[in-house]
Amino acid sequence: MGRLHEGVISVEDLKDILPPKERLEKGPVAIIECIESIPCDPCSLVCKQGAIIKPSISTPPRVDYDKCIGCGACVPICPGLAIFMVDYTYSEDKGLVYLPYEFTPLPEKGEEVIALNREGKEVGMAEVVKVITYPDKTSVVCIAVDKDLVMEVRFFRRKENGEKG
Amino acid sequence: MDSRIWQHPIIDFGERKGREIYFNFNGKPIKAYEGETIAAALYASGVRVFGRSIRFQRPRGWFCAIGKCSSCLMKVDGIPNVRTCITLVKDGMNVEYQDPRPNLPEKTEFECEHVKVETDIAVIGGGPAGLSAILSLNELGVDSLIIDENPWLGGQLIKQTHKFFGSKASYAGIRGIKIAEILLGELRKENVKSLENSSVIACYREGKGFKITAVKGHSTLYEIDAKGLLVATGAMENMLAFPNNDLPGVCGAGGVQTLMNVYGVKPGENALMVGAGNVGLIVAYQLAQAGVNVKMIVEAAPKIGGYLVHAAKVRRMGIPILTRHSIKAAIGKDHVEGAVITKLDENWNPIEGTEFEVEVDLICLAVGLTPSTEILMQIGCEHAYVPELGGHVAIHDKFLKTTLDNVYLAGDVSGIEEASTAMMEGKIAAATAAIDMGVNVEKAENLRKKSLHELELLRSSPFSKRVITGKEKVYSLMEEISCG
Repeated sequence: MGRLHEGVISVEDLKDILPPKERLEKGPVAIIECIESIPCDPCSLVCKQGAIIKPSISTPPRVDYDKCIGCGACVPICPGLAIFMVDYTYSEDKGLVYLPYEFTPLPEKGEEVIALNREGKEVGMAEVVKVITYPDKTSVVCIAVDKDLVMEVRFFRRKENGEKG
Repeated sequence: MDSRIWQHPIIDFGERKGREIYFNFNGKPIKAYEGETIAAALYASGVRVFGRSIRFQRPRGWFCAIGKCSSCLMKVDGIPNVRTCITLVKDGMNVEYQDPRPNLPEKTEFECEHVKVETDIAVIGGGPAGLSAILSLNELGVDSLIIDENPWLGGQLIKQTHKFFGSKASYAGIRGIKIAEILLGELRKENVKSLENSSVIACYREGKGFKITAVKGHSTLYEIDAKGLLVATGAMENMLAFPNNDLPGVCGAGGVQTLMNVYGVKPGENALMVGAGNVGLIVAYQLAQAGVNVKMIVEAAPKIGGYLVHAAKVRRMGIPILTRHSIKAAIGKDHVEGAVITKLDENWNPIEGTEFEVEVDLICLAVGLTPSTEILMQIGCEHAYVPELGGHVAIHDKFLKTTLDNVYLAGDVSGIEEASTAMMEGKIAAATAAIDMGVNVEKAENLRKKSLHELELLRSSPFSKRVITGKEKVYSLMEEISCG
């Protein structure tokens, strides 16, 4: 188990639960990075497709990728901010990462931001494609990144005044 | 200087702030907003030293923010020893530093009203456990009253800006601040009797019942006769031993959370978090939301104690978590200017030569909590030291009865856990009280059964193992006592 003791989940840790390549190529799909037994179930209750499976309240959720339609309803719901959505079909070379965001001010559509990986390291640039706000204040920000970074990028930071990418 | 937060991702502080007022601090006018405590208004205007220690006159500052640590005692309108962290500021108020060992004023210039109250069950403490308990007692038709010493009911829920885990019954997915609103809304709707801003100063057994004295500011003295007690007094943040740990700027993580999330005051510019349990991880994230630069989280254990999802949240923002590291000393004269961090070996001892300094003006301690069990001790409930539950707790059974008849407990005072479980315990204790009094027994039994089941679900994860071990110890001690 990679570097879990340092609070960083890795693709390696997730390899058994990530969607297969064929599914990723079909369209948007939820990625749930919750592997511990936390007594919690809002994700499975919000999913209208019944795609998030939780046999008991303390069992980590699993996504049935055949049922998941990539609606994104689960992304802002997770109290642990551990659900993301990815879409490899956005363009030839870019994919989308939808991530939960609780900071102010919100980025603007079209803004260039700095993409961060699970360790908070800068791994490239991203473009804000969509910002979806909700009454309960967890927003979902959708950013476009290079396809090879879709499974790495999980956060971003806005550029400081005058900062170049 | 004004370090109030006007832009926040979760809370609209502008909407929350009351009328602008002025009070005097050591003779100088200070701006405040109605609804702020004296200490919060002082902090916002840059005051960091709130008092001096008795023997060495060392500076004292913000620490717990919930009336438990005594670091913020000041003289207010001539009266010494006022806990400025839970006393609301008023227009024209005179606040001053006090002699660390002050005399009582010779003449009292205020009139104190003496009010007698009778109730069947007195609930002490208005946090998640107490609120759930009083709402359940009310629903079951038990005559009851809730007493709380803070300016606002809701306990620590009112500063929990994050969404809770749990089940639908325990408000999963809803922010703590919202849960407090829901519970308080019900309380107002049901016209539940409450004594707010009132501190219980003594509690005695009298006949088959109890006599409680409580004071509201210095205006009202309550004498409460109750047939039973339900104690939900919560917990107090732990201190950690290191040189300069009393320096202003070394705060309880929960105390800092109160400052920024209840009163909307930015606690500092650069912070160090000590402890990577859930409290440390969550408060580090909330500091970042308030615009504070969290330089690092240090954790003495070889691994992070909190949930991975909470750790992942701060890590992906770039906040490092250093396991097997701890704080060796705080640096600063009258206020924190930095901290010395050291690496620890396998026996938790500092490794010489690994020290380094970080420049911070805020050190948050998230190193556990201790049950606030003083009232239960005073009335004579038998106690046991149970490390898994955070220290001394009143011995109780799974229905939350103590060793004294008609005395019940719920929430962190029965063992450190979390708000979701505290709410379930509140319901269970309330149901047990109703059953013992013979009021609405069938309904109470159903509520108790349902809540026990919910509690079991909430404790079904491996993270609850430690609490369950502690609870089992306490239950078996209770069995021994009741078997004589």
